[in-house]
Amino acid sequence: MLLLTVGAYLLGVWVKKKSGLALLHPFLISIPVIITVLTVLDIPCKTYIEHNKLIDFLLGPCVVSLGLLLYDNRQIVVKNFIGIMTSVVVGSLIGIASVVLLVKAFGLNDIFLLSLEPKSVTTPIAMSISESIGGNVSLTAVSVVLCGFVGAVFGPLCIKIAKIKSPVSKGLSMGCASHGLGTARAIEMGAVEGAVSGLAIALMGLATAVIIPLFNLVLLHLIS
Amino acid sequence: MQVIIGFFIILAHLVAGNLLSSLIGGFIPGSVIGMVLMFISLVTGIVKDHQIRTVATFLTDNMTMFFLPAFMGIMDLWGIIRMNIVAWVVVVVVSTLMVLLSTAFAQDGIESLLSKFRDKK
Repeated sequence: MLLLTVGAYLLGVWVKKKSGLALLHPFLISIPVIITVLTVLDIPCKTYIEHNKLIDFLLGPCVVSLGLLLYDNRQIVVKNFIGIMTSVVVGSLIGIASVVLLVKAFGLNDIFLLSLEPKSVTTPIAMSISESIGGNVSLTAVSVVLCGFVGAVFGPLCIKIAKIKSPVSKGLSMGCASHGLGTARAIEMGAVEGAVSGLAIALMGLATAVIIPLFNLVLLHLIS
Repeated sequence: MQVIIGFFIILAHLVAGNLLSSLIGGFIPGSVIGMVLMFISLVTGIVKDHQIRTVATFLTDNMTMFFLPAFMGIMDLWGIIRMNIVAWVVVVVVSTLMVLLSTAFAQDGIESLLSKFRDKK
């Protein structure tokens, strides 16, 4: 089972490299491969997930490692401290509030609310937030990736239409809205954009992890 | 050896983060606290960046692999998602673009405000 995960991932990375397409996320290849193998061999999904607990466990160390990303780009934060901190908090708040409003407007189930709140954050952080607030971790993971694609595809266009000038703003918005996938596109825009975007992943994760429980507390208070 | 040391340091920060997290009732996930602790350790020099770089870059570069199993968990929820697929996609798309534009405008606005302030001085 572990072999299947690692193998499917390797294949995804290999296809991405060969094709040279930045948007061809390895997961687009890996997931169909895993589904096909499981169906052909008639293995239930539950068995697969249980056998992959070891890989699941590595998500935590993965988040901790993002601290290095923050450390590597600390000069940029120090230089633009007020701006970056304010913008990240604003982005995080807007992200959470818009999800709550839209989910309510569509009359969706609460599981959507709790699973989508952390959607603009990098997958491992989003999954831990989702887990701690009672969302569905899988729904969160899939939403996060969709979110990444939306930002990576339409982000550069939006930035152009909105006439955003500063490279810090461009990188920050790409990283805050679309984490890793946004950063991949931000790197194509320039070195500053790429670095700021990478940094935004970690900051956005931190901001959202702190804001969501507070936000939900206030929300609960308002309803009752 | 380098890899084991790096992994040990990262795990130690994760455990410390989890401990702190349970102290505050799980308000903030332990891994996120661990990330902040790691940053503090690096800045203060308790941990040298070369000690963890190999393991940390391996983990962050191959993040996708670690959440493949979680993706498969979506199969259980497929029914409820398919019923609401349009609403789900609209929520994610609209909210993502709102985050993108709000952060970009906020940062651009603050930068021009600050530069005007500096010009006056």
